[in-house]
Amino acid sequence: MTPAAGLGSVRLWLVVVGAAAGSYVLRVSFITLFGRVDEVPPRVKTTLSLVPPAVLAALVVPELVLADGALALTLGNDRLVAGAVAAVVAWRTEDMLPTVVVGMAVLYALALVP
Amino acid sequence: MCRCRNVHARDAAYCEAVTEREDFVSGVRDSLPTLPANVPFGFVVGVAALQAGFSGVQAVSMSVLVFGGASQLAAIELLQKGSPVLIVVLTAVVVNLRYTMYSAAIAPHFRRFSERWRLVCAQFVVDTTFALAVTEYERDEDTDRLAYYLGVSLAIYVSFVAGTAGGVLLGDRIPDGFQLEFAVPLLFLALLVPSIADEPTAVAAAVGGFVAVAAVGVPMNLGIIIAALSGVSAGFVVNHWRGSR
Repeated sequence: MTPAAGLGSVRLWLVVVGAAAGSYVLRVSFITLFGRVDEVPPRVKTTLSLVPPAVLAALVVPELVLADGALALTLGNDRLVAGAVAAVVAWRTEDMLPTVVVGMAVLYALALVP
Repeated sequence: MCRCRNVHARDAAYCEAVTEREDFVSGVRDSLPTLPANVPFGFVVGVAALQAGFSGVQAVSMSVLVFGGASQLAAIELLQKGSPVLIVVLTAVVVNLRYTMYSAAIAPHFRRFSERWRLVCAQFVVDTTFALAVTEYERDEDTDRLAYYLGVSLAIYVSFVAGTAGGVLLGDRIPDGFQLEFAVPLLFLALLVPSIADEPTAVAAAVGGFVAVAAVGVPMNLGIIIAALSGVSAGFVVNHWRGSR
């Protein structure tokens, strides 16, 4: 192994361990706190409920509206169309399986359209 | 808690063991519909990690230890772009910030567990384990909390890690035409839509999504961090307005 590769590997382990430790702290936070405090304050709860929509949208929206780094808000963008259909399915069913299956099916179907 | 009402006290322990086993199995069973999304998710993470220069052991270790696919993909992407380690770790943590909300919401159900079990269970808090467990807890008061949670966690953890191992082993043999990586945003879409419940959460999602697109070229790839914090802040402001009205 070259020194550079070794250093790269240390960098990757740092990321793995750092991300794992940070994520564990978030996960364990209220679970372990709960033995000591009686109730999560409603204010904290309401603020926390904003995190999943903000983070999930930040992850999903760029995947759908960007194609090769540029904005692609057209019907020619297969991922946008498949995502829009999947969003409707998610809204109607609130179920992961049909959402993923329909989204992938639409993507495959659109790939067949010349 | 024991569901068999008419048993002798001496049979209660036996009955409880049977109940625990049943609840563990139903946890595993209820997780099955998530596997068609979860396994490809692990797979995509494994392939992406290898492409970014991870060894097979590192890629699988990452899934074992971090167990948060979206944060892993975000971290891998940033590593490939050469971002500083601190920014990479911070981004992964921000992506996983939502686990704090799940931790708070599931904590009352874990109240009777021993401290040691609570520490173990925390590692398996992800979107799907949380969603399945809380749904079941609200449906049936008598379900054994720990047994059910462990069943759900085992199925989802093992399938995700196995998916990653599959990605490491087979990665370059799956043709690009399958576009498996698109299962990931679809999975998150399935979680995003029900997370939007009122005005503040809708604003948080709209701002988070918009800023993520606008911030694509931001230096050091701080985009996701900025987007997530903007979304939460905007939702917080709307909440505050509504509260003071």
